[in-house]
Amino acid sequence: MSESNDTHEIQKEIRTYLLVFGALLVGTVLTVMASLIDVGAAWNMTIGLVIACTKGFLVAGYFMHLMSEKTTIYAILAFTVFFFLGMMLLTVAADSDVPAV
Amino acid sequence: MEIPHTVKPRPDTGLYNSKIGIWLFLASEVMLFGALFSTYILLRVGAPEGTWPKPGTMLNIPIGTINTCVLIMSSVTVVLAWASLKLNQFKRFKLFQAGTILLALTFLVIKSFEYNDKFTHYEVIKKDGTVINGHLVSQDSKHVVLEGAILPVKGEHKLGDHPNQQPAHQHDHEHDHEGGGDKAGQNAQGGESTHGETGQQAHGSESGHAESGGGHHQEFEIARSEIKDMDNYGPWFNTYLAIYFTLTGLHALHVFGGAVVIGYLWGPGSKMWHTEPERFTNRIEISGLFWHFVDLVWIFLFPVLYLL
Amino acid sequence: MAKRSNDTHAPVEHEHEHEHHAEPGFWQKYVFSTDHKVIGLQYGITALCFLLLGFILVALMRWQLAYPGQPIPLLGDLLGNVLGDRAISNGTLTAEGYNMFGAMHGTIMVFLAIVPLAFAAFGNYVVPLQIGAPDMAFPRINMASYQFFVLGGVVMLTSFVVPGGSAQAGWTSYSPLATTIPTSGQTFWLIGMVLLITSSLLGAVNFIATIIQLRAPGMTWMRLPFFVWAQFVTAFLLLLAFPPLEAAGVLQLMDQVAGTSFFLPTGLATSGAEEISGGGSPLLWQHLFWFLAHPEVYVLILPAMGIVAEIIANNTRKPLWGYKSLVYSVLMIGFLSFIVWAHHMYLTGMGTKISTFFQTTTIIISIPSVIILTCMFVSLWGGRIRFNTPMLFVLAFLPMFGIGGLTGLPLGFSYSDIHLHDTYYVIAHFHYIVAPGTIFALFAGIYYWFPKVTGRMMNEFWGKLHFWLSLIFMNIVFQPMFAQGMAGMHRRMYDGAATYAGAASPGDGAVVGLPDVFIDMNIGISQAAWALGIAQIPFIINFFYSIRKGAPVTSDNPWDATTLEWQTPTPPPHGNFVKPMKIHRGPYEYSLPGGEEDFLPQNQTAKTV
Ligand code: HEM
Ligand SMILES: [Cu+2]
Repeated sequence: MSESNDTHEIQKEIRTYLLVFGALLVGTVLTVMASLIDVGAAWNMTIGLVIACTKGFLVAGYFMHLMSEKTTIYAILAFTVFFFLGMMLLTVAADSDVPAV
Repeated sequence: MEIPHTVKPRPDTGLYNSKIGIWLFLASEVMLFGALFSTYILLRVGAPEGTWPKPGTMLNIPIGTINTCVLIMSSVTVVLAWASLKLNQFKRFKLFQAGTILLALTFLVIKSFEYNDKFTHYEVIKKDGTVINGHLVSQDSKHVVLEGAILPVKGEHKLGDHPNQQPAHQHDHEHDHEGGGDKAGQNAQGGESTHGETGQQAHGSESGHAESGGGHHQEFEIARSEIKDMDNYGPWFNTYLAIYFTLTGLHALHVFGGAVVIGYLWGPGSKMWHTEPERFTNRIEISGLFWHFVDLVWIFLFPVLYLL
Repeated sequence: MAKRSNDTHAPVEHEHEHEHHAEPGFWQKYVFSTDHKVIGLQYGITALCFLLLGFILVALMRWQLAYPGQPIPLLGDLLGNVLGDRAISNGTLTAEGYNMFGAMHGTIMVFLAIVPLAFAAFGNYVVPLQIGAPDMAFPRINMASYQFFVLGGVVMLTSFVVPGGSAQAGWTSYSPLATTIPTSGQTFWLIGMVLLITSSLLGAVNFIATIIQLRAPGMTWMRLPFFVWAQFVTAFLLLLAFPPLEAAGVLQLMDQVAGTSFFLPTGLATSGAEEISGGGSPLLWQHLFWFLAHPEVYVLILPAMGIVAEIIANNTRKPLWGYKSLVYSVLMIGFLSFIVWAHHMYLTGMGTKISTFFQTTTIIISIPSVIILTCMFVSLWGGRIRFNTPMLFVLAFLPMFGIGGLTGLPLGFSYSDIHLHDTYYVIAHFHYIVAPGTIFALFAGIYYWFPKVTGRMMNEFWGKLHFWLSLIFMNIVFQPMFAQGMAGMHRRMYDGAATYAGAASPGDGAVVGLPDVFIDMNIGISQAAWALGIAQIPFIINFFYSIRKGAPVTSDNPWDATTLEWQTPTPPPHGNFVKPMKIHRGPYEYSLPGGEEDFLPQNQTAKTV
């Protein structure tokens, strides 16, 4: 890769960062507004988490460059996500599968 | 022999050592915060009915929103600082990173005000059973002055001399059922305590009202001799505040740690730019990854603790 | 890779801040060293001391179990003076003292002895050598890891002398029990754990980064010695399983010092303690604890399996049978070990659906374990076995691990676990894996790598004596515990279950309590345990004697081994290799026909005739 090419790339990326920045601010405002409207606890929860996940995805994907990372990193994170979900879901499942007394 | 790939990527993985290092570290951080989020879920789902605060009432949402924006902004300055290095613009890097550090400090200052707000918020249970909830105005050896409101009380109070026997000062639960989680089968201890011996405290279910402004705030001067029990909104108050303080406290520690590292790389550590620019850029990338992760955690903490 | 000049004393200067070119002083060389070999040895020595301490604790407990209520001979009064009346009064171990020793025995053995020895010590010393790396990827983090470990150890030890004594709620520290015992020892335990976890995390990051990044050219994944694979998976287990316990530790610490109720349910009656806000979940602690602690048991065994594999290949003079199956099995174990944890919690009243899930995964995870064991057994077939001390320990490891693993199966099914849970059967199960299993493998590793570290061999006669005595007494100690457990003896009885002693029921003469024969076994077990301790004396003497006076090795590769750690000077210098390594073949090229030597080291291009 030549120097100027690199520079060009970076400048393009900077534009992306600013776009993401905007999106994150919008997301923040949205999530606050959505929480003020009562659409039932379950829906409020879902909406809130969906927005949070989207924001998280933007940060991880663009600021942390996960959109274009190396396979090794993806592999490490895949394991992590698997165990993360295992821990969370199985714990919650175990907690709710309690025989009636 | 020297340790290979400290600066230049290893050809087959395409990564330099510390890049793998930081991602592994972040993986463990994911599990750390994952466990705490699991804790949050379990506590909330298992909370005896009416003991989990109504969503959005415990904390100051505008302040939380501002702090969220502060942290997001700092993430942007971090990534721009890194990009500046890539573009060989050291001055711009300094500028952006100074911004990051200031924003990090802003976040911590705002957070400490929030903490202080909680620590000066009291719930006083008088011997006659009245519950007064509000901010501490002043106190001396004889009196406590709170600015707040009397909470509606339901149920009778048994005052036992056994230390575990709490008055079951149940609050009016008319409209906060969604706060208690909708799980059908409560844990064995669940359910509303109708008998005083279980010592259940329905702390804090409604107390956030003082926060949401408006309403009928007034000052109460309470004689110490009338007070049965007095507790501020520390982590000991209820499980919501417990997990709130633990999560945000741990997060704040991360912010602090990140700020120290970034500050070092901004100040004395930045000399490396003139001798080993590539290695320095890598360091900025690494510290940036950590910083974004801290931001990421907050992106989930904010709705979970403040809004939902 | 840097070009080296031939003169080793004048390496090309680079801006490597912490590489010392001048002869480093004592502190730099032995205390604040960043050399992976020194750190490995530091870990090893410290962990061996903790191993001894852990053993001493249990040796004292065994006195109480064998002769309940009688003063401990010789040591009783002395210990009483140090630890105070609460733990030892009139020379007799009190119930609280027994709980302190029990909790600390478990904690010390798992977190301060076996893991540091198996993972940190052996891993640090051997892994970079075996992959042809000059050091770990992050030498200074490596040093920090050791320092956190020492700090954690010191905090744990301090807890013995704080008011109220050390932690008393077992190595599992179940809440609310742990929180309601009025001692600040539990706080120390938690802080100690957080430090130890930090140490392990730093180590794990370092190991994984090292193995991924620093493999010498040509060292492909399938050419890695099995030991490296085992350490690699172990590091992942530590990396991803420890943080939840760290979180749990922080939460329990909050319960302890900040008055929260994360694990304290509403309505909990605590003796005289402050009122609590309640609303917490005791089961949450167990989930978070076992989410770590099941992977942790594989942390205890996988490095041992790695050592065993190396020594088997070397001493049968044959390639390992089923190298690939071994690798896939160890990966499989690592993967599955994260989703079996609740088999420690069958009796907490979990529902049948979730229990079925965990029973299934538990039984599935035994498949790769069996594959590994099978591969190792088959590897022996037709080998020209050299029965030296390391090999003897390894040969004993195989059946001992087999017993430990097979007895795990009845525990893995909830219907049989109802009977066996929390009895001495469980104690026997995991001790068979850890003591004559892992610890034997660790001894084997010490005997095997000793010549590389010191340039001298350990004495074979004393080694063999050490082996045979250890093997015999190990079995006398743990075998009867299966019987005791199946008879129903609970694992944490302070008087050796004397209170359960079976009296014949007056009517029909049927025994209603625990029959005396099971209680009397305690005496034999205890005596064997002390004998086991004495059987370690030959090892200790041999170890120190051989450092100075052992027979010097005649070559850098005294065992005629193929892996890279033997292709270095003895002991390896800072930076490990004299010239950059290039790898041409797999790790176990033994039994080559023709030629003078029957093996080909990994870095050799062709067979030298
Ligand atoms: C091979 C298959 C294995 C199976 C099916 C198995 C199963 C089990 C089960 C179900 C328990 C819980 C028993 C109870 O508390 O009632 C248990 C306890 C235990 N196992 Fe295993 N296990 C296996 C291998 C191992 C290995 C390799 C280790 C390594 C050291 C190990 C170490 C332990 C420990 C330390 C405990 C006791 C924990 C405690 O309660 O203090 N097990 N095992
Ligand atoms: Cu297990």
